[in-house]
Amino acid sequence: MSRLLVVWCPDWPVVAASTVAGLPLDTPAAVFAANRVVAANARARADGVQRAMRRREAQSRCPDLVVFLADVDRDARMFEPVAMAVEELAVGVEVIRPGVVAVPARGPVGYFGSEEAAAERLIDQVAARTGAECQIGLADGLFAATLAAHRNRLVPPGGSPEFLAPLTIRELESGRPDLVDLLRRLGIRTLGAFAALDPGDVSTRFGADAKLAHRLASGLEERPPARRRPPVDLSVTHNPDPPIDRVDAAAFVARTLGERLHACLAAHGLACTRLGIHASTANGETRGRVWRCADPLTASGIADRVRWQLDGWLRGGAGRPSAGITVLRLEPEELVDGRTLQLGLWQGGHDEQAERAARAMVHVQGLLGPDAVLTPVLAGGRGPADQVHLVPWGDERVPPTPPDRPWPGRLPAPSPAAIPVRPLPASVCDEAGVEIGVTGRFRLTGEPARVAYGGGRPRAVVGWAGPWPADERWWDPDSARRRARLQVLLTEQSEEDSQEALLLVRENKRWSVEGIYA
Amino acid sequence: MAVRDSVALLLTLLAEATANGSWAAVVGVPDLGVLAAAELGVAMDRLALVSDPGNDVVTIAAALLDGFDVVAIATPKITDAQARRLSARARSRGTALVAFGAWPGADLELRCTRARWSGLGDGHGHLRARLVEVHARGRGAAARPVRARLALQGTPFTPPRGPCPQLSKTG
Repeated sequence: MSRLLVVWCPDWPVVAASTVAGLPLDTPAAVFAANRVVAANARARADGVQRAMRRREAQSRCPDLVVFLADVDRDARMFEPVAMAVEELAVGVEVIRPGVVAVPARGPVGYFGSEEAAAERLIDQVAARTGAECQIGLADGLFAATLAAHRNRLVPPGGSPEFLAPLTIRELESGRPDLVDLLRRLGIRTLGAFAALDPGDVSTRFGADAKLAHRLASGLEERPPARRRPPVDLSVTHNPDPPIDRVDAAAFVARTLGERLHACLAAHGLACTRLGIHASTANGETRGRVWRCADPLTASGIADRVRWQLDGWLRGGAGRPSAGITVLRLEPEELVDGRTLQLGLWQGGHDEQAERAARAMVHVQGLLGPDAVLTPVLAGGRGPADQVHLVPWGDERVPPTPPDRPWPGRLPAPSPAAIPVRPLPASVCDEAGVEIGVTGRFRLTGEPARVAYGGGRPRAVVGWAGPWPADERWWDPDSARRRARLQVLLTEQSEEDSQEALLLVRENKRWSVEGIYA
Repeated sequence: MAVRDSVALLLTLLAEATANGSWAAVVGVPDLGVLAAAELGVAMDRLALVSDPGNDVVTIAAALLDGFDVVAIATPKITDAQARRLSARARSRGTALVAFGAWPGADLELRCTRARWSGLGDGHGHLRARLVEVHARGRGAAARPVRARLALQGTPFTPPRGPCPQLSKTG
């Protein structure tokens, strides 16, 4: 069985949260999930805060307790420097969970001469690099080594069963509380007593999970650890000589670079869905853009994007670099498993038209930027503009608000065919020429008779309806909007002329044209 | 082909095309009512919008003509030579080029006049349907001007007698 060295940072969620919040570590603090304490620091524990305690109770015991919400991402992010610090001294680091790393003990122990020396060096290293406090445990097997780290113990080789025997059965509790509860009621209070049971009896009576727990209690390995390997650098850099300053040269470079990157990714069994293209010129200017793609990129897909991007940069008017490109770097920013790229045997669902259109759109994105080509998705909302969400091509088509809810106050179809980009100010008057308003109860103060907008002459109203009230997000003062909409139909000026229908909206005591039924 | 005066007429043409699985792109119409397009039957997942084509509209339109089946383009000023270039490219690719606004040398020009709305009363109802007169004229087979009266948006509807109960003047 492998001898493992475990580095354990006590109360890691609290340490991570306090570090992010910039609090001194001696402030009593605790991390809560679902209103229960998940972790508390030493000061909080000294005041009587315990795991699984309710927030109110914890705060009553320790009134100046700082409360944090559990955030696994934050814990993992903050823990990365610790894992890297350990990795500098020992190879094959495995992060068990944020706060706990395991390394095979053989390497560091052999290098530093003794187990004590290795433990001391690691504690110093973590403290010096990250400022985090940690404890070291050394034992045979991960479970025993983790418990040893909790107790700051170096268990001699082969001593794991003796080390575990007197410990309470509650050490097995995480993930299997029912089993531990049952064992306690059966009178089995220590790991040693549980380990003394016959493994066959345990697995027949308590099931497979209990068998695993039994292995752990006996000081055996649950599974071999999965080693962390340093991430591979997958980016491809090219230093063109002479510098690229013409589009045809760019096309040639794009092809070779695309093939290189694709081969590099394929060798690792990966494919790329977000590609970063970065270039710097002889005069030190830098350009960079990230391309998103719904499907994993093929070699020619990468080449196309590089070519279009270089095309865009070299042709662009104002943003054109002042010298040729000397460094070109392709960075895969988002990777997926290469298998997903595999096309069906009969090219099932392969749409020739869609592919041609997609190529054209990506081409235009290369010329104008990724946000220039938009595809619409219907969303939920009340106004005609709110019900449409425009997504840059290549992004996921997800509406920000669900379209299938009632949305009271929504206007019935048909919708205006032209939505002015900026609302045009309008004036709505009654027969006497007095501007009409909308009361707090969404009533019109008069009957519309004349409407003028966009600097045109007032025109007579032949029909109108409304107002349609829309009192949106009143619970949030920053995004709350209170509007009333009105449909008006303006008279034709001659027999040949068209009637003009408008969607007017009143907000902040001003009328504007929101839509034209053109 | 050129469409004038009515965005809804343009959208109706796009709806017909996208319903058959074609892809459509609209260039230079930032105020396009996408919701109206969806109501008229334009397939949202086969529609692309390039609202701001920048200074070089012709390059953008040419790139889109390579990939799309229908490209609608609105441009305030285009020279005869540029228009001829784009038209020739569209013909060689088999793409329909629909100009929104004036287009020099269009094969067919559709205009929309005498729009009359129904459904809107004096403080009640809502806009329901529009009848328009579409004038078509062009070159070659379409040289003889044609005019037709058709319902552009919604279906013509005879309003019930009296105001709608929930949208009366007081309500």
